[in-house]
Amino acid sequence: MDGSPFPVIAALDALTGALFLLTALGVVATRQVLASLQLFILQSLLLTLSAVLLGIALGSVHLFAVAGITIATKTLLIPWLLQRTVSADVYRTREIERVLNIPSSLLLSAVLIVLAYVIASPILNAVEVPFAAVNLPLGMAAIFLGAFTIVVRREAVPQLLGLLAVENGVFFAGIAIVPNLPVIAELAAAVDVPVVVLVIGLLTRRIYRRLGTTSVGQLAALREH
Amino acid sequence: MELVAILFIPALASVLSLLPFGRRYAAPITAVAAAVVLVLAPSVAVQAAHTGRVDALNGWLTCDGLAALVLVLVALVGFTAAIFSWGYIANRAGHAEHEVQRYYSLYNLFVLSMLAVPLLANVALMWIAIELTTLLSAFLVGYEDTAEALEAAWKYVMLTTLGAVLALLGFLILYWGSRVAGIEPFTWLGLIAAAPHMPPALLWPAFLLILVGFGTKVGLVPMHTWLPDAHSQAPASICALLSGVETTTVLYVILRLFPVVGSAHGLDARPWFIGFGLLSVGIATLLLIYVRDFKRMFAFSTVEHMGIILVAAGLGGAEAHLGAAYQMTGHAIAKSFCFFAAGITVMTVGTQDIASVRGLIRSSPLAALALVAGGFAIAGAPPFAIFVSELAILKAGIAGGQYIVVAVLAFFVVIAFCAVMFHVNRMAFGTPDAGTTVLATPASCKATLALAAIPLIVIGIYVPTPLQDLLRAAAAAMGG
Repeated sequence: MDGSPFPVIAALDALTGALFLLTALGVVATRQVLASLQLFILQSLLLTLSAVLLGIALGSVHLFAVAGITIATKTLLIPWLLQRTVSADVYRTREIERVLNIPSSLLLSAVLIVLAYVIASPILNAVEVPFAAVNLPLGMAAIFLGAFTIVVRREAVPQLLGLLAVENGVFFAGIAIVPNLPVIAELAAAVDVPVVVLVIGLLTRRIYRRLGTTSVGQLAALREH
Repeated sequence: MELVAILFIPALASVLSLLPFGRRYAAPITAVAAAVVLVLAPSVAVQAAHTGRVDALNGWLTCDGLAALVLVLVALVGFTAAIFSWGYIANRAGHAEHEVQRYYSLYNLFVLSMLAVPLLANVALMWIAIELTTLLSAFLVGYEDTAEALEAAWKYVMLTTLGAVLALLGFLILYWGSRVAGIEPFTWLGLIAAAPHMPPALLWPAFLLILVGFGTKVGLVPMHTWLPDAHSQAPASICALLSGVETTTVLYVILRLFPVVGSAHGLDARPWFIGFGLLSVGIATLLLIYVRDFKRMFAFSTVEHMGIILVAAGLGGAEAHLGAAYQMTGHAIAKSFCFFAAGITVMTVGTQDIASVRGLIRSSPLAALALVAGGFAIAGAPPFAIFVSELAILKAGIAGGQYIVVAVLAFFVVIAFCAVMFHVNRMAFGTPDAGTTVLATPASCKATLALAAIPLIVIGIYVPTPLQDLLRAAAAAMGG
């Protein structure tokens, strides 16, 4: 990161970003429900790390608050909520059902990452902001990969983890472009994400009770004939 | 003061519904709360239309003409649907008392979240309110607890939340842009002031992210796939809210972007509005022809109407925007009426399948009459409001020289009209199948039809002066 006022932190943030992207790819490719939950927790920790790094560099208290909220909700509260709402056998089932096989999924993922850079570059050319060059395209890539995960997964919990990966991507980009996020946005993160998990978790439990499966991708009673 | 009361009363009713005496009184509590909101909302609207803006709580709550229009529509359908719930929910077998209490508690919170969207001044808080409309209504959509209802609820939550998260990135970029422009308050007024100073490279992706993200929740094609499922599987009272006002509430946010983008240099949102609008109208019309389930039919009609309103906004100019505001009003009133009629039909014949309903006029004249009236109103026959508003939009388009857009829109609107009337007539008239058992309709559902019919009939023939002022104020806020 030549020309950056914080060379060491910029390098560390770039490393964090690379690992963040790897976890997003991991969520696409992993075969087990539990493994994708662990990857999501790891991804949230990397988001926290990036927020702390940027908070030190930019002297922004808000980013430390984001880091604290991320740790509390995404690495502690959400796994606990999931365990409470979704039964254990759903948790442990080896997940084999997916629409695409892993190599083709990863190939398409590569295309999505390139696309994220293509979309982010005009924004980065227009406005000069430290760290955005790393966080914005990688955050967007995580958004695309998360959305892609929702499409290729048929199980309820992996689809939810895809949605949460999208949310992580938004915040990974967000901490760089709006480092002095208003308090309200932090509240949004603190309140919104656990409620999403609670609602979807309870819904998963009802689907499992009623249908004996959580393979939501196979629910197809409702469509045009 | 009224603004605070409008938000406080449903919250109070939600808590009361869960308390032990809510077991017997949850339905009347909800109806009374909705009635009070329905009295307060128009008084706010009259003030907003006259003075331009009503503020409360140091400017955290604010309400201009466009916001007031949405507020009144939510309050109106929130009230009629509450009355309808009273008999309809009591009539659904197989639900424990605590489930009914939870229904009313969530019902109040769902209405509260929709009332909050137009009132919250801060755009980030408004985003949370929209996200909450989904999360609070998820279990209302899945209330029937059948495989189909749960499937619908799942798709509804996953897709609209995904859309909302994309829109969140759009709002973060907008906030970034207003910081670059050096204008602090993150409100709609602040954004309009900031937009000319924002780099277009920021404003443009933000606009597209919000259009696509919230377009998912509005039901714009091609992000509409969840909508016919959720709007056909939810209880009829909830369908009236989802189709009648939830879509409008989110569309309101997209309409708010129009003056923001319009005040920036060298950007033009109009082709995107017209493009998404016409695509939605066209695809919805095709689906209306082949539809087999009458609740799905009304759901596709919602996609069509959201498209028409978007096209009207995109045509631009005071007349087209007035048409859009009138269309929003006509749609909310007529669509909620249609779902009440559909709910009564489901209760009487026990099916949603168009082909298995015949000669309803003989077995259940009330349901048949309501379906036909609702069908005429929503399809846009005179003397109903949608006829007037669609004509106004087409005329505004011709005056603006947009002949191709007007021709395409008129073509699909006419076909959609024929499709809806064809299905409704097949159900209402003809010979009933032998041995169809017909069940009685609860009194509160009949009362709802009578109440909902008043605005349905009146506003097509005569628009009272306060409503005219409100529609003009709303059109002005769209940047007419």
